[in-house]
Amino acid sequence: MISFYMPDLKHIIPEGILILSALGILMEGVFRKTGSSASFRRFSHYGIIALFLALVVLVFQHKTGEKWVTFEGQILQDDFIYFAKILILIGSMAVLAISLPSMMKEHIVSFEYSPLILFATIGMLLMVEANDFMTLFVGLEMQGLSLYILAALSRDQITASEAALKYFILGALATCLYLYGSSLIYGFSGTTNFQVISSMIRIESTGGLSIGLFIGLIFIMASLSFKVSAVPFHMWTPDVYQGCPTPITAFIAAAPKVAAMVVFLRIMVSPFLLLYADWQSLIIFISFASMALGAFAALRQTDLKRLLAYSAIGQMGYVLMGLAAANDEGIQAVFVYLTIYLIMIIGTFGCLLCLRGKGFEGVQNIEDLSGISTLHPKMSFTLAVFMFSLAGIPPLAGFFAKLYVFKAAISAGLFGLAIVGVLSSVVAAYYYLKIVKVMYFDDVPSSPAVTYGQVLVLSPEMTVVLNICVVIILLFFIFPNPVLEMAQRAALALPI
Amino acid sequence: MTISLDHYLIVAALLFTVGGVGIFLNRRNVIVILMSIELMLLAVNINFVAFSLYLGDLVGQIFALFVLTVAAAESAIGLAILVVYFRNRGDIYVDDITMLKG
Repeated sequence: MISFYMPDLKHIIPEGILILSALGILMEGVFRKTGSSASFRRFSHYGIIALFLALVVLVFQHKTGEKWVTFEGQILQDDFIYFAKILILIGSMAVLAISLPSMMKEHIVSFEYSPLILFATIGMLLMVEANDFMTLFVGLEMQGLSLYILAALSRDQITASEAALKYFILGALATCLYLYGSSLIYGFSGTTNFQVISSMIRIESTGGLSIGLFIGLIFIMASLSFKVSAVPFHMWTPDVYQGCPTPITAFIAAAPKVAAMVVFLRIMVSPFLLLYADWQSLIIFISFASMALGAFAALRQTDLKRLLAYSAIGQMGYVLMGLAAANDEGIQAVFVYLTIYLIMIIGTFGCLLCLRGKGFEGVQNIEDLSGISTLHPKMSFTLAVFMFSLAGIPPLAGFFAKLYVFKAAISAGLFGLAIVGVLSSVVAAYYYLKIVKVMYFDDVPSSPAVTYGQVLVLSPEMTVVLNICVVIILLFFIFPNPVLEMAQRAALALPI
Repeated sequence: MTISLDHYLIVAALLFTVGGVGIFLNRRNVIVILMSIELMLLAVNINFVAFSLYLGDLVGQIFALFVLTVAAAESAIGLAILVVYFRNRGDIYVDDITMLKG
């Protein structure tokens, strides 16, 4: 039911708050003295407050089951998009909070950090609420360009600039693929609007579909696989994760992945649902290959962030399994998975950001965690919880995330995919548990030349975020209903 | 011979392919990669404008204007990142961008 046609600014108040505060922070950064830790802390707090305000307005404005279209059909909101927006805002807010002390320890105190995160968040919100290939393009670019700059923010670190260069080139290539795909879809359907394309396909499905539309869809799928780092297009992920400073890796790993996956889901299910039989085999292949590569390529990694990158590729494979099922249950499973993934990733990176060597340098290799359980029992317990959850050990939340996805795949008849998923999660458990083993059973390195996570850098914000994450992961099996119900409403909002 | 939609589409597809191949076959200079990306974006614009003319619909031309604007922002950011990289590394040979691997 579409209730509004007039551009009504009240629908974009959350985005408006973010835009105005990002511009306001930039202005304050230009006119006042910056570059100190105190001013960096203040700017980051402004960013957290702006994201929180946007979240509050979003939650109070939304009525369950409501659906509206505004800006001449460019922007849409329903329960599905509402859930995605909440995840994005929470993800950005949490990463801004956990990255505060570590950015200062890594000597990145440029005030542009929090405006860039806000701009990237606005881009992600625009991506998920877009109802048109043009708006989606603007959202993708706004998010992408902000992320490229964030990756290069640490200007005198050579690995960061190399990672940023690779990220930029492959991201720009993905943009080109997206644009070529949307030009073909525009040419063969005569419109860029998702709903109109959907009804065009419904009319045409009786008389056979034009091949141009399907080729366009394949280009779009390729570019979105880039954004979610699914297998044929995953090459940038390990390099970018490893090269960027850890706080920025945490940001790239959390909310943008969720936003890109939601967009992937929406494009496949909203305009192109009737081509299901055509695209399902491609999604099955992508999901299969991502799970397998994520499990096996991570086995020989020694760098923690590189390992987490391969783990993210694998996790995205599981999420895509829910999309391959393409039923209500599958969409619901995708949302539950994305919620739990976001919490696990924020928690894992939060722990890694806390642990620092003697000179406050961040942990880099798995060996850097040797024996920290004797030094920081609480922190090692927290990290171990996240590792067990990522590995999918019951009763932690990560187990249920996988369970729902496998259930959805089986109910859609994708037995092979579900079996591959279970097997690859067994393989993947090896490297997650290896981290726990190194923390609890390896000896503290005696050589003074070895730096490892000896010093704990905690801030009040970090403690709050980490505690919330651990509690959610531990207690999800007692109170799963809020997430499950929201995910179900999100799935029902889609025309499946 | 009249120029039809097909001719425009073939030109755009060729330009797009040349750009794509340019990114992967080029082993010398990162600037050439940036140029290849621009070529691909312009190929997309030819597609959009040709379809727009053929369909008698203005949306394609508006899309092309968006693409042009964003392409400008994108190359600005790409060149900025390239300058940062050059300052750290001292050269921009594609074959040397291999610090991160494994």
